[in-house]
Amino acid sequence: MHNSAIVASHLTVTRETVRALQDVNFSIEPGKITGLIGPSGSGKTTLIRSIIGAQELTSGSLEILGLPAGSSELRKQIGYVTQSPAVYMDLTVLENLRYFAAIINAPTDTIARVLKEVDLQPQVNQVVQQLSGGQLARVSLAVALLGDAQLLVLDEPTVGLDPLLRRELWKLFADLAGQGRTLLISSHVMDEAELCTDLLLLRDGKVLSHGPKQALLSKTHTKSVEEAFLALVQGGSHAA
Amino acid sequence: MQLKLTVATAARVLKQLEHDKRTLGLLFVVPCVLLGLLAWIYGDSATFDFIGAPLLGIFPFLMMFIITSVTTLRERSSGTLERLLAMPIGRLDILGGYALAFGLIAIVQSAIVSTIAVYGLGLDIAGPQWFLMLIALVYALLGTALGLCASALARTEFQAVQFMPAFVLPQALLCGLLMPIEQLPGILEAIAHVLPLTYAVDAMQLVTKESNPSAQAYGDVLIVLAFAVAAVFLGAVTLKRRTK
Repeated sequence: MHNSAIVASHLTVTRETVRALQDVNFSIEPGKITGLIGPSGSGKTTLIRSIIGAQELTSGSLEILGLPAGSSELRKQIGYVTQSPAVYMDLTVLENLRYFAAIINAPTDTIARVLKEVDLQPQVNQVVQQLSGGQLARVSLAVALLGDAQLLVLDEPTVGLDPLLRRELWKLFADLAGQGRTLLISSHVMDEAELCTDLLLLRDGKVLSHGPKQALLSKTHTKSVEEAFLALVQGGSHAA
Repeated sequence: MQLKLTVATAARVLKQLEHDKRTLGLLFVVPCVLLGLLAWIYGDSATFDFIGAPLLGIFPFLMMFIITSVTTLRERSSGTLERLLAMPIGRLDILGGYALAFGLIAIVQSAIVSTIAVYGLGLDIAGPQWFLMLIALVYALLGTALGLCASALARTEFQAVQFMPAFVLPQALLCGLLMPIEQLPGILEAIAHVLPLTYAVDAMQLVTKESNPSAQAYGDVLIVLAFAVAAVFLGAVTLKRRTK
């Protein structure tokens, strides 16, 4: 077991000429559900792309499960769900899962397990194109759950889902974290942030705050993540 | 590169086509109709033999170019490619899977089209039909490979379609079909000699004349295959796992 699932030190990423991430430092422990929270343009996507190895780093370092980001060994260990459902629209749910399961060499009973976890058994033979937005998001999530990835990176996984299912999925996330897996869940929706144990707040490519949610609330004397975020931003601009 | 993953990718691509019955129909019916039209225009003259055989290769070449560039571009824009690249699968497995799937389609297509051309439309070929099909397959593989390359340069599906005339028409003009390449102006002749379609057309024209494929015909096939393999590798280089 590694001491930290993700360690960023002095991580800077410049895209085109824009500094997407500036001197970012943090360390995420395994078995935690960390919410990656920030407005759009704050660097969330760049950070996620860096973690999954799709982004070249400009300077600084980023270690995932003890290996530098982008190492080929990491591709078996990271489950990644993009915000737009990255699945084949012209295939059925089952055909999609079979193909991705073949790539990660998952045992055959995995598909049945995953279908149950995301509650898609009735739709298994439907072409993905015909599914609703929420069902589509779950197919994409199911793909990430196929492997036994130690790190799951989820980009707004439960937006637009029915509340009951959302609760089920958060229960599933908690179970996964309980097994020692690390979840990094990005969101700009603050009520999702409430469900995370830890929070990493980003703004303008910099870390605004990182730590347990409770610590953040008590530090800022607020009751919700949204208030805390506002307090930090306004506090920051006063200080500047 | 893992064979299992190449095969899984090919199976997935074929499954996608299986759901798209209309595309599948177009792939097999359109070349037959076009060739029938050509046979009708030229009647029983020798011109049909001269032009018909190369066109038997050019149709699969064109169609494979278009469907490959559009499907791979769709894979890039839908995010599935980014997902695949974040998974333990090689870039050549992905491209090889595409080439394998479209190669299989091309075999079926060329079998149907060449059978109709030879037995239904009276195309006279001196050489064996299997060699004709082999060349048609090589044409299709070349189309697939160049389509993969073109999709790397295109940002939208609209651009991908525009690349067809850009990549294909200059080759079609210089390949010796409109005018024998020896009669082209010197510079154009030199250019024609480094374009793959020239060799593919030469091979097709040899089949119509030679009862046994000559060393030159086999040489042509190998040259076109080499171009196709090089294009697939070039395509693999453009599939970057990490971007700036």
